[in-house]
Order: sequence, then structure tokens, then C-alpha cells
Amino acid sequence: MIEFINIGKQFGENKVLTDVSHVMQTGQCNLIIGTSGSGKTVLQKCLVGLFEPDRGEIFYDGVSFTEMNNQSRKELRQQIGMLFQGSALFDSLTVEQNVMFPLEMFSKMTIGERKIRVNEVLARVNLVDANNKFPSELSGGMKKRVGIARAIVLNPKYLFCDEPNSGLDPQTSLVIDKLIYDITKEFNITTVINTHDMNSVMEIGENILYMYQGKKEWTGNNEEIIFSKNERLNEFIFASKFLQDAKDMRMLEAKGIIADDRDMDEILKNGDKLTN
Amino acid sequence: MEFFTHFGRYLIMLKGMFTKPENTKMYWKEFMRQCVDIGIGSLGIVSIISVFIGAVSAVQTSYQLVSPLIPTETIALIVRDTVILEFSPTLVCIVLAGVIGSKIASELGNMRVSEQIDALEIMGINTKAYLILPKIAAAMLTIPLLVIISMVLGIWGGRLAGVASGIISADAFDRGLLTKFIPYNVTFALIKSYTFAFIITSIPSYYGYYVKGGALEIGRSSTKSVVVSCIMLLFADYVLTQLLLTH
Repeated sequence: MIEFINIGKQFGENKVLTDVSHVMQTGQCNLIIGTSGSGKTVLQKCLVGLFEPDRGEIFYDGVSFTEMNNQSRKELRQQIGMLFQGSALFDSLTVEQNVMFPLEMFSKMTIGERKIRVNEVLARVNLVDANNKFPSELSGGMKKRVGIARAIVLNPKYLFCDEPNSGLDPQTSLVIDKLIYDITKEFNITTVINTHDMNSVMEIGENILYMYQGKKEWTGNNEEIIFSKNERLNEFIFASKFLQDAKDMRMLEAKGIIADDRDMDEILKNGDKLTN
Repeated sequence: MEFFTHFGRYLIMLKGMFTKPENTKMYWKEFMRQCVDIGIGSLGIVSIISVFIGAVSAVQTSYQLVSPLIPTETIALIVRDTVILEFSPTLVCIVLAGVIGSKIASELGNMRVSEQIDALEIMGINTKAYLILPKIAAAMLTIPLLVIISMVLGIWGGRLAGVASGIISADAFDRGLLTKFIPYNVTFALIKSYTFAFIITSIPSYYGYYVKGGALEIGRSSTKSVVVSCIMLLFADYVLTQLLLTH
């Protein structure tokens, strides 16, 4: 569990975060959503210590991260995995070397054991036969999967993902979302995801924090978001007519007015009945 | 004012390099990789430059020694001293500032922009110690060696050009080389090369490590790092000469 209380951060005169508090739950996909410039990336960087917050406190399973000395932070960071927006793979290393890097640095495993572990995590992210490829030879989705494999290779307790679906097609995005969700459940990780991908919100948003102009605007889950009356949230999430209609359908489903296992062919055949 | 900001941050960066390594073996591996990159990687260009500067200095010295009263051995003496005192340590390091400096600044800049440095930080690695210290240490080991190689090749280049163009005989050149040789000059050249090695790796590391923006800024910081390194190198050259060669 990661708890943060009254986090504030500003750059010069520009206030980016104002008193943001929330709890990221263990074993859940915790999403931070918001428009570009709403402060979600800065918040995530504060949580992992890449930025120092000006105010507030951060607790990792009850232990204050803000008051930790450098050595304790370094030790905690070995329990943190992070997937970056651009994957941040080391260009000069192969896929296998990229994933093996944290093991080489921090584990006492033998070369054989390390290779087994690398193949295990690569298989877990559905990447086989890519061990000897360089990042430049991989597609966007493959890079993300290597990034996930590298992030989970040390069995972290906390997984941070910054825009995991940016630059990916909708189908690959779903695959990545499902992978992150499954890993979260399988290893009981506290996963924190920065996103403005609506598919992610609806598919894996178990604990959502909506940020607006550096402040916490709304919290809930992917079911509650459908019924939210928050205007700013609705404008952000259901920005298009298409998404508004999708929301209406989900509301009708949730109220039991239409079945969620409906046969669309049947409905279209009897469309007149439905309109009457 | 901006100078003090940069200088302060540069000193903080240097201080930040000295922490206990997370894994000594990995640091050693990185150090060896940098030794190969900097040392072996620069050997070709250093060899070519050295032979030619030796050759040119032999021909130019003979051109200026017009008096028949000055023995031809003097050419070898002048080539030896200019190569040892100035050409090998300074000229070679200026060239290396361009070759190694731009490489370091763009490598670190690219790692910063593509969040690879952040990825290392998140893993709990001291990026200043892991990425910068091995580069500086490798340069301080290999550049003095390159300078020694450069001295030998420079003098050999002078001998080759002198003999080939009929300016001086091989015997006269060898006699000249042994005349009034001051071993301290080599020590002085090595002190210079250690200092220059530090300058031409630490300054580009600073510019690369703290780069902000994208590809354009990486290019700019790379160029800036080479320019600043060269200026600092020439300034250090003057200070060291003043301190160590004047009595």
C-alpha cells in the first residue's frame, strides 16, 4: 500500500500539485488519470523519489518515504519496478541483457540461474525468441513488454507504469493492460498507472484518482465512474459522442434495462420493439 | 551568475560520484568497457595525429634553422621537446576533447532524454557513480598511456620525415634525441595529461547528464561541452606551465 498525504510541488511560480492525498491499494491497479498538464506525471515522480515534493508525506506500507535517508531509499527502490512511457530500455544491450541488468546488479544468482529467471519473465510477458534482439529491432508493444519484464524481474512489491499505452494501437494496448492487471493479481503488487487511455480506465481501473489542475478532483473505480456526476470528470472521460453513448449503454446494463450478454443481431432485428 | 550555478552543480555532481558501489563487479565491467571505448577507440586517431605533428615539426624546425653554425642535431632536440612538452599532451587532448567529449555528452544526454538514467535511479543505482565515475577513471588511466604512445610516435614521425626529406641523417637525429634530455619534461607532460583527461571527461559528463529537452538540446550540449572543455584545457595548460615550468 502506498499512501500520500497533502503532496505539494511547484516549479518556480508554477504550482503543479496542491495538497494531493490518496491511498494506492495493494493487489490493485491504481490509476492516476487527468488531462495533459494536470500533474499526474509529477505526482508519480514524487512517489518514486525522482522529484522531491515541497510538502506532504509519502508512506510505503506505513514507512515514511519522505523521511528516509539515501541508503534506505536505495534499498526500497529495489522493491520498485517502473515501466516508462518510452520504455527506457538500454540501447546498447540486448533484450536478455536489459532484463538481466537488475539481476546482475542486485542479486547473488549464478549466470545459469539468472538466465532461467530472465527466460521465465520473458515468457510471462509473452516474449519468446527475442532474447538476442536489440531495442531498435523491436516494435512499440514488444518494447513495453521488455520494459515490464525488466520491471518485474526482481519480484517488486510496487509497480509504476507511466503511460503504458502511449503510442500503441488499441488492440496492443488491451494486451498490455491485461498483462499489467494479471501481474498485479498474480504477485499481489501495488500497481500505480498514469494514463489517459479510456480503455485502460474502463478495463483495469480498480482505484482511480482523477487529477484536475494539480488537485485531486475525484476518486472511485471503473464502475463508479459511469455514474459519476462530476462534470469535469465526465467532460474528460466521455469527451466524444461515441463515448457518451457507450456510457449510456453501460448505465442501462448496470440498471438491468438491457442485458450485458445481449445478442445485437437479435436487437437489430427487433429494433422497432426496443424503440417502442 | 549562471557560471556559479553551473560550477556549483558540477561540484555537486563530482561529489555525488563517490558512494559505495552497489555491485563492484558491475562497476568494474563498466570501467573496462570505458577503457576499451576511450583507450582503444582513440588509438587510431592519436597515432595518425602524432606521426604527422612530429613530421611537420621536424620540417618546420629545419626551415627556421638557417644558420650553418647550428648543428642539425638541434632539429631532433627541438622536435623531442615540443612533442613531449606541448604537442602530445595538449594537441592530442584537444582532439580527444572532440572525439571523446562529444561522445560522452551525447551518450549521457540521450540516456537522460530517453529516461534511461531515471530507470537506473528507480532501480536504486547511483547514476553519477555508475555512469560518470568509470568514464573519468578510464580516461585518467588510458589518456596518459595514449600521450606516451603519442610522444613515441611523434618523435618517430619527426625522424621519418627528417630522414626521408634529407634534412637530417638518422644518426644525427638519434644523437640529437639524447642531447640535454630532461626527464622531468615527461613527468610534466604526464601531469598535464592527467589533468586534461579529467577535464575532457568530467565537463562533457556534466553537460550530458543534466541535458533537458530533446535531440536538438543533446546536439547543443555536446557542442557546448567540447567548446568549454577546450577552453578549460588551454587555461589549465597555461596554469600548469606557469606553475611547473617557471622557476
